[in-house]
Amino acid sequence: MAKVTRFNTEVLIIGGGATGTSIMRDCALRGITCILLDKGDIASGTTGRNHGLLHSGARYAVTDGESARECIQENKILKHIASHCIEDTSGLFITLPEDDLDFQSTFIDACASAGIDTQRLTAQQALDLEPNVNPSLIGAVKVPDGTLDPFRLCASNVLDAKSHGAQLLTYSMVQSFIRIGDRIIGAKCINTRTNEQFEVYAQEVINAAGIWGKNICHYADLNVQMLPAKGSLLVFEHRINDLVINRCRKPADADILVPGDSISLIGTTSEEIDYKDIDSLKISEKEVNILIEEGGKLAPILAQTRILRAYAGVRPLVDIGGGDGRNISRGIVLLDHEQRDGLAGFSSILGGKLMTSRLMAEMTTDLIANKLGNATQCSTHLKPLPGSITSNKSKTKKTVFTTKAATHRHGETAVATFDQSTKGKSIVCECEMVSVGEIEYAIKQLDVTNLVDLRRRTRLGMGSCQGELCTYRASSLFCDFGNCSGYESSKLLMQFFEERWKGIKPVLFGDALREAEFTYWLYEGLFGASAINQLGEKQQDKDYYEI
Amino acid sequence: MDLVSTRFEKCIKCTICTVYCPVAKANPDYPGPKESGPDGERLRIKSPEYYDEALKLCTNCKRCETACPSNVNVGDIIAVARGKFEKKKLNPKLVRDYILSHTDLFGSLSTPLAPLVNKITDSPIIKTIMDKTVAIDKHKSLPKYAFGSFRNWYKKQADTQMQFKRQVSYFHGCYVNYNNPQLGKDLIKVLNAMNIGVKLLKKEKCCGVPLIANGFHDKARKNAQFNVKHMTDAVEQFNTPILSTSSTCALTLKQEYPHVLNVDNSKISSKLDFITSFLLREFMNGNMPTLKPVNKTIVYHTPCHLERSGLAIFTIELLRTIPGLKVIVLNSECCGSAGTYGFKKENYEVSMKIGQGLFEQIKQANADFAITDCETCKWQIEENSDLETIHPVTLLAQCLSD
Repeated sequence: MAKVTRFNTEVLIIGGGATGTSIMRDCALRGITCILLDKGDIASGTTGRNHGLLHSGARYAVTDGESARECIQENKILKHIASHCIEDTSGLFITLPEDDLDFQSTFIDACASAGIDTQRLTAQQALDLEPNVNPSLIGAVKVPDGTLDPFRLCASNVLDAKSHGAQLLTYSMVQSFIRIGDRIIGAKCINTRTNEQFEVYAQEVINAAGIWGKNICHYADLNVQMLPAKGSLLVFEHRINDLVINRCRKPADADILVPGDSISLIGTTSEEIDYKDIDSLKISEKEVNILIEEGGKLAPILAQTRILRAYAGVRPLVDIGGGDGRNISRGIVLLDHEQRDGLAGFSSILGGKLMTSRLMAEMTTDLIANKLGNATQCSTHLKPLPGSITSNKSKTKKTVFTTKAATHRHGETAVATFDQSTKGKSIVCECEMVSVGEIEYAIKQLDVTNLVDLRRRTRLGMGSCQGELCTYRASSLFCDFGNCSGYESSKLLMQFFEERWKGIKPVLFGDALREAEFTYWLYEGLFGASAINQLGEKQQDKDYYEI
Repeated sequence: MDLVSTRFEKCIKCTICTVYCPVAKANPDYPGPKESGPDGERLRIKSPEYYDEALKLCTNCKRCETACPSNVNVGDIIAVARGKFEKKKLNPKLVRDYILSHTDLFGSLSTPLAPLVNKITDSPIIKTIMDKTVAIDKHKSLPKYAFGSFRNWYKKQADTQMQFKRQVSYFHGCYVNYNNPQLGKDLIKVLNAMNIGVKLLKKEKCCGVPLIANGFHDKARKNAQFNVKHMTDAVEQFNTPILSTSSTCALTLKQEYPHVLNVDNSKISSKLDFITSFLLREFMNGNMPTLKPVNKTIVYHTPCHLERSGLAIFTIELLRTIPGLKVIVLNSECCGSAGTYGFKKENYEVSMKIGQGLFEQIKQANADFAITDCETCKWQIEENSDLETIHPVTLLAQCLSD
């Protein structure tokens, strides 16, 4: 039998979403060694499949005061520690003629008791702030909402954790737990890219796998009930609003419009799904129609704006006593399985939301540190993440747009290390201004193994053309910086387009259809891309490229 | 944000515009129309700090728009962004830009003193001084002014023109008024031979195109509003078509007013026509003056703005109605002058590089003279190929049997 690689660590974290990566950072900052596993890339689950809204908590103020309080507290912390992931846009809660204007007072009172600042605006004041808001609004309330880039948040957590000794293993799946009696002492895992098996031995295992956490518990013969609720969103080609726009009423479908970097997002729908379907989410025509129709009520221009793609995520709701997907508490559920089930060395952190991921990590790490006898206090709410550290002295001239865009994404310190040669400065993604230097940095420093990972780190391929013009350039850079053969990088290209295609399919009309047709014509018609998958490994590279 | 301004989203990134951009080909500092237009617009909406100073390298030739298969007004997007974000720096170049773009003002100042002004601007010493101080390239000759304006000359013709039963209104533009009144006179001669009288608008100002190109959008908008008002008066009073002999003025009145300057010209838009389009239609409907055969060979250069208007075919077919004339249509390429662009020292080299292909074509054709509908193309071609270049209407006037 082949020798199996063994890792030893104090803490094994399963799940590389916002919660998992925050725990990883928290552990690392407290001097606890840890390894984080994810079956895919970081932020590839629910974390990367939501609005990217920096909640003020206002949305929950009326229905769930506790969540609202957590949100505003974390909102302030994140603005401090993760400024490069955040745009402090402010948000509007608008009242339309069909809504009850009296709800405004209920809403403002609830916000006040949760500690959320509000400002009541007249319709005209709201229009002055946000010219694209529905002009038939009869009132609005301004709240400290913003946008939060979940990909950047996770990548920065990992970057900081790694610089403090933590280790990340992506594309690595738990296959079973290793137990001694009533204690879990590690996990048998497999690298899904290389099919190599390995084992991780740890004193404490943390299940931070979100909706997939039910499966992880299953490996430990434990039962946790989760209620998967699918939420779908649409991405628009460019920003149509500068402020987050919500409806001032009880939360419903498609009532949040968020400006995220260079695009705008409308969401979400809510639909209960079978647990077995969590890995094959489909977006129906009906959902797309609801999103456009309801979204158009927030900003009428939306109905005429080009849609880039659709995507869906699964809310990781834990069933703590019935109810449907929307009304159930999104509260944080921390399960110490030693206490709950008599299984030592294993805890689960479930529920919660992107906004509370740092807090969830703090609670989890407090529990684990206590078990490990580590008395170091949490500092994740005080120390800025790597990309958010700005030096006072160097006001670097950011006349080059790739530098400007990259500084927003990674912070000054990282950008200063980019290759400044002519090649390094060349633009790869023209829609989102990604340079060769930034891609080199991402491949070498940010655990990027393929073009989809690269998209999450840099926004490459997230723009108008959905990767049509940049990915073939970027895929060749995996040969330069990522030890890929030409054949392998061609396969990365196809993998990327398959992934993009999933999101374009539900909105295949209008300009998205024209763009898709052009992409197909280029890659299939001109380059014969589908032949790449038919080529065996033997025929790769040399033969292929010399033809 | 109105719908016009979001038309950039129809761009499917095919990049054909950049392939056809004469500036991108000649100057690596210019990111090209795709990046400056639709890509850039998307980023500028995200944050104005993504406004790129390199946008001033655009010549506004609009070949990108002619090339675009998605009907994106790439050039307009760039021009509007420049109007919105370009910062004017107080330096000698601003003086130059002001002089080059305010064609009305300097035209009316210069025409009474034309012989003197022309002599001064032609002197090598003055050219060197202008090169060193206000950065007007020393290789360029500033346009010559006429001694007395076209409008002044016309005053004595007005009564005669009133005699004709059919009338057209003529937007003469700065070039005819101050630099080449002969073209206006030629136009009247040709139209009179077709039994059509020529009216002028009560008043007109520069169409605004040099002002747009030099970043004086507010002034351009004022001119546009002024011109639209006078053109509307003319249409309401006389219901005449409004003709222009300058391909650029024609494009500006019709397209740049609503697209770039946000000035509504919908009331008169259908009345605006370019001269060769009007003439050819008349000819084909049987109203053709008798023309003498000309046994000459000419090369025809398509101005970028005529290409964008889709009207080049009218000029070409019009030329082909002239008996005995051998018409060689040159490949449609930008001459590089682009209005005031080529006069600027920082652009001169690029301007020459852009025009090189055209100059080569002209030299190899061995023609008797060149024909083009645009005044700045004319200057550029004459300066770089030693071939006399005239307007199609001037040629027609020469062919009329007396």
